[in-house]
Amino acid sequence: MARLRLATVWLGGCSGCHMSFLDLDEFLMDLADRVDVVYSPVVDAKEYPEGVDLVLVEGAVANEDNLAMIRRVRERTRILVSFGDCAVTGNVTALRNPIGGSDGVLRRSFVEQTDRDPQIPFAPGVLPVLLDRVTPVHSVVSVDLYLPGCPPPAPRIRAVLEQLLDGRPARLAGREIKFG
Amino acid sequence: MSVHTLRIDEKDVSARAGQTILEAASENGISIPTLCHLEGLSNVGACRLCLVEVAVVGGGTRLAAACVTAAAEEMVIQTDTDRLREYRKMIVELLFAERNHVCSVCVANNHCELQEMAVSQGVDHVRYDYLEPRCDVDLSHPRFGLDHNRCILCTRCVRACDEVEGAHTWDVSGRGTLSRVVTDLNAPWGASETCTSCGKCVMACPTGALFHQSSTVSEMIHERTRLSFLVDAREKKQWHA
Repeated sequence: MARLRLATVWLGGCSGCHMSFLDLDEFLMDLADRVDVVYSPVVDAKEYPEGVDLVLVEGAVANEDNLAMIRRVRERTRILVSFGDCAVTGNVTALRNPIGGSDGVLRRSFVEQTDRDPQIPFAPGVLPVLLDRVTPVHSVVSVDLYLPGCPPPAPRIRAVLEQLLDGRPARLAGREIKFG
Repeated sequence: MSVHTLRIDEKDVSARAGQTILEAASENGISIPTLCHLEGLSNVGACRLCLVEVAVVGGGTRLAAACVTAAAEEMVIQTDTDRLREYRKMIVELLFAERNHVCSVCVANNHCELQEMAVSQGVDHVRYDYLEPRCDVDLSHPRFGLDHNRCILCTRCVRACDEVEGAHTWDVSGRGTLSRVVTDLNAPWGASETCTSCGKCVMACPTGALFHQSSTVSEMIHERTRLSFLVDAREKKQWHA
């Protein structure tokens, strides 16, 4: 059987979901036997490639880079998993939304909360521009499976991966869908 | 005392006069999901999670909130149909969409009835746009806090304060998405002249909206059964463990 082309993507999140992924411990060895990790923060690939079978997307869509990335990911991937509460609900990344658009958020963080040299960072081409509103992944592109949790516990990640590696339609049973 | 005979989920059950569908079902081991209902308090049908289908003469069914609908003779009720499961899921999703519920950083994480309800109703994401309203947090009371971000307007606090404590400090102001629970005439909680600081509202709250000050993530464990303990002690002279 052809090896499954696996990717993981880090949008607006804290990387805690990726840490939980690394908590798969010895299952990572089994995984390495069965998949090629073609794109991830833990491998050295600059471009998200074509023809990806499965992607775990951590984080909410918070800035223009996230937005361009998630669209590219959706185009080039067969099965997209919304990985963790930020991807699924917006979670902590979306806490800024009630403050208002990106101007209000930047002013709150870099002007109102600062006691010296208040200034709003502006570096075109270096810093991605914040979106006015942080959204969960499924409000931008279609999602095939939701894997909630902050972070999702490693056994929950493993359950999903094992089902998908066996070519079964994955679903999380019972308590495994709990937010938080 | 008159007794009604009815059918719930293909099972013949009897209900005493004045019992609700929820009570009749519960006494017969049939579980219906509830959120605004709390043992010891009156029922108001605020959350609609206990919707059931009641057969109507001539065919079809109508929806009724089991907690506020009296059981009646020859009623035929379904509590767990595809239609009800879909509506309940929608209700839970809309509750999440209406305020800013962030389980991971909430005082009530892992002790929250809304979070549990999402699990039991199969909610693994919210299909609706989050409204993300700006909500206040009232920390003016020396012992308790109120975070409107987490309130689902179940009105348990209103009923506990009115019916069990007898103070009626709490009520609801505004309409629709602008509705908010308020103390006195929307005075800061700490300035309330009627609040006895008994904490029954905090015990009753299903989420992290009412909490003990200084509790942090996952630390707020509500003592919801204390209210039915008090009510049974007062009304039935029963002090159960």
